[in-house]
Amino acid sequence: MITAERKPMEELIQCVKPYRSILLAGCNECVTVCAAGGRKEVGVLASALKMHFLKQGKPLEIQEVTLERQCDPEYVEQLVSNIDQVEAVLSMACGCGVQEIARRFHNKPVFPAVNTKFMGASERQGVWAERCQGCGDCVLGFTGGICPVARCSKQLFNGPCGGSTNGKCEVDPNVDCAWQLIWDRLKALGLTERYEDNLPAKDWRPGGGSGPRRIIREDLAL
Amino acid sequence: MENFEPMIVAFCCHYCAYTAADMAGSMRLRYPPNVKIIRVPCLGKVDAIHIMKSLEKGADGVYVAGCLEGDCHFKNGNVRAAHRVDYLKKLLDEIGIGGERVEMFAMSAGMGERFAQTATDFTEKIRKLGPNPAKVARHEDQRAAG
Repeated sequence: MITAERKPMEELIQCVKPYRSILLAGCNECVTVCAAGGRKEVGVLASALKMHFLKQGKPLEIQEVTLERQCDPEYVEQLVSNIDQVEAVLSMACGCGVQEIARRFHNKPVFPAVNTKFMGASERQGVWAERCQGCGDCVLGFTGGICPVARCSKQLFNGPCGGSTNGKCEVDPNVDCAWQLIWDRLKALGLTERYEDNLPAKDWRPGGGSGPRRIIREDLAL
Repeated sequence: MENFEPMIVAFCCHYCAYTAADMAGSMRLRYPPNVKIIRVPCLGKVDAIHIMKSLEKGADGVYVAGCLEGDCHFKNGNVRAAHRVDYLKKLLDEIGIGGERVEMFAMSAGMGERFAQTATDFTEKIRKLGPNPAKVARHEDQRAAG
């Protein structure tokens, strides 16, 4: 999923200070999974902001809505019934969702409540780690399912650097050496000869190296 | 504010803290009537929103009381609650309400005296801290409007 973390309260308070009523919009997908912007987090943040502004003597009215997703226009359209009653929108979705709301309701100030981080997976409850950087040309079939782009600090494509020590990375000792993981996996699969196949120098254009990307499905786009 | 009577909400787990409260009752121990007990099957049931809403709706202090370390009937509900309380303390400090208004206590089912003492001590602590700042402002708002 796309992972995110709630912005510091101080930043959020400064952000909504000028307004008397806001819409706090959550998202039921990725930010729910990483506990940053789902229905529960909307509830807690709304309560926190209300109490803070009550204390300041300037009550803030907050409408709480959690959409199924904020990255699809059909879901964002559902905000039409609430949007006129508020002065601004604070979105707890990832950057994609915030932009979708801003695009649809272009005369309403929209603010992000979370910092979008990375595409990752759950290691265990409460811990999420980066797994994919959307390089656009997936080599996971060659590396036993471990990504050398997202999981190697140096994004090396043909084996570890000299700093790989006891399976850990020299850049960050908390990070597993991706190539150690790849070797272990290939060994477990009985595919160690694949280790010696060279992966050619990567073309980074599909990975965002040549500007914002787009996918068009001719069979679906009418 | 003179004569401030704190409103305290206590989430108590059925297996330990609530039974301790029951024990306090059987032993005819006194504790302040300010403490409103809410029985939950396990402290793991208590989520951040329950504590936040309690404060938002006018509680001056909230505590969660559960089993001693290692004794949770549902394995680690008390540990989950402890982590949640720590998170909320930080959040409440950041918004100016004060993390001291939320606390977690551990006790066993037989600790009637501990229950009564905890209730008394926490009520006193909140009495000294004063009313929930969000509540005061809301009342002043209503007085000004009315």
